[in-house]
Amino acid sequence: MAVTHDLLRGPPADAGTVDGHAAASTSSTAGEPINLTRPIPQRRRRVGVRVPRFARRVVGPIALVGIWQLVCSAGVFTSTELASPVAVFDAARQLWDTGSLQSNLLVSLQRVVEGLAVGISVGVILSVLSGLFWIGEDLLDPVVHMARSVPILGLLPLAIIWFGVGELPKIFLIALGTTFPVYLNTYAGIRGVDAKLVEAGQTFGLNRWGMVRKVILPGALPGFLTGLRFALVGCWLIIIVAEEINAQSGIGYLIMQAQTTDRTDIMFVGLAIYAILGLVAEVLVRLLERRLLSWRRGFTGA
Amino acid sequence: MTSVTAALEHEGAFSTRDRAVVVEGIGRSFDGRQVLRDLDLVLAPGEFVALLGRSGTGKSTLLRILGGLDPDYQGEVLVPERRAVVFQESRLIPWQRVLANVVLGLTPEAGGRDGLKQRGLAALNEVGLAEHAGDWPLTLSGGEAQRVALARALVREPQLMLLDEPFGALDALTRIRMHVLLQDLCARHRPAVLLVTHDVDEAILLADRAVVLVDGRITLDTAIALERPRDRGAAGFVEMRNRLLAELGVHDDGVPLSEAAPATS
Repeated sequence: MAVTHDLLRGPPADAGTVDGHAAASTSSTAGEPINLTRPIPQRRRRVGVRVPRFARRVVGPIALVGIWQLVCSAGVFTSTELASPVAVFDAARQLWDTGSLQSNLLVSLQRVVEGLAVGISVGVILSVLSGLFWIGEDLLDPVVHMARSVPILGLLPLAIIWFGVGELPKIFLIALGTTFPVYLNTYAGIRGVDAKLVEAGQTFGLNRWGMVRKVILPGALPGFLTGLRFALVGCWLIIIVAEEINAQSGIGYLIMQAQTTDRTDIMFVGLAIYAILGLVAEVLVRLLERRLLSWRRGFTGA
Repeated sequence: MTSVTAALEHEGAFSTRDRAVVVEGIGRSFDGRQVLRDLDLVLAPGEFVALLGRSGTGKSTLLRILGGLDPDYQGEVLVPERRAVVFQESRLIPWQRVLANVVLGLTPEAGGRDGLKQRGLAALNEVGLAEHAGDWPLTLSGGEAQRVALARALVREPQLMLLDEPFGALDALTRIRMHVLLQDLCARHRPAVLLVTHDVDEAILLADRAVVLVDGRITLDTAIALERPRDRGAAGFVEMRNRLLAELGVHDDGVPLSEAAPATS
């Protein structure tokens, strides 16, 4: 048909006048011209060399350090106000050579690990009790929510009265601070397990213990891992304050000591270590996720 | 009240060779809304019954009661101890591998763990998915997941299979293949089957008997005496389709709904 040809070239100029038949068949489309284009998305495909993901991700931190160094070299701040990255690196090497960096880091790490072990265990146990049993929820949940709203660091003076000035108050505070995120997220994970899966488990003869072991707890794992993430971040916030106020060792103590001697470089060493530890914790959780949540399709863990 | 109830009260169980399901005068209401009312239904062993009805007529409610998922009914219901359900969604546990899903809830017997694994693999083999035994369920397609769900039901050697629109979420081509597979499996294992569906063709294709549920009551209960394999175009098939559609209140006479609406409402 001639009309078809015309459509490909452009709107028919006189479609209505070819003959009666053609006019009738095109009258509905002839009213408004249609602009035809190729269906190519606006965003073109990237061309050229693909930069590896890792390289792209380190650009930000490197740029930050670079700007930091530039600002310091330009003399915007005095060295007591802001130590340059080079000075911080030197200070770190000095501390390492005297061995005080290692020993203090080890002390802090030990406190954190012990506190986390207690906090995560308690958080998981409580969340399972109140996630699985109505009586557990009724008894525990209100108490946990009340306790959660107490600022943990506000308890530091009380912890010192209760546990003295040794390791216990620090471990207590970390344990307390990490219990709640683990509890809240694991509990949500347990309650969020798809009821349809629980029902399927019932019809296929899973007993209560089998249901908990095979359906509910694995289903709550993503929630638990979210809680773990918060706990790993939170524990460093708590330990630094606890060590600055009440300790004779640890990274927080190192920072506090540096303040009394105006050693800004050492203070930055302490901060950098916290940053690195936070990064390590994040990597650990991601490795754990990749391993435990491998059933999620398309889960890359990166 | 009845012989069945009397036998239950006397023996605590009711053993029979000629019935796989006994439903006597059951009712079920949700928040005062009566979904099932005074319903009777008997399934013979090995009988394939399709339960048809529009949405909300109580098909799934009845199936859930038979599956032991809903204890709050009135009346008497007896089902075999060995029964299995296949839902519209596969409901595979995503963090259990395919084989573990198939043998979910089974306890190792004589053959031990290895014997259980072999049983699971045999069931997977029957649905043609033995090579996916070690996969995660989320990597399967919809049809494959539903075949695993069938294997999970079959491995229990059920005397009653409850199918709740098991192919409703599948594409038309996959559904045809699933029909063939299901017929094949039923011919081999001979469980009694209750298939809940709203697909009239599916019902006629697969079932020995069609039961139509309207407003919680059975309004039609008819044998489908067509030779297998069944041909959708055969006269008997078309006749049965029209009869069932009419019972469901649908008239497939080519009149657009917009024009037919005033007449039906």
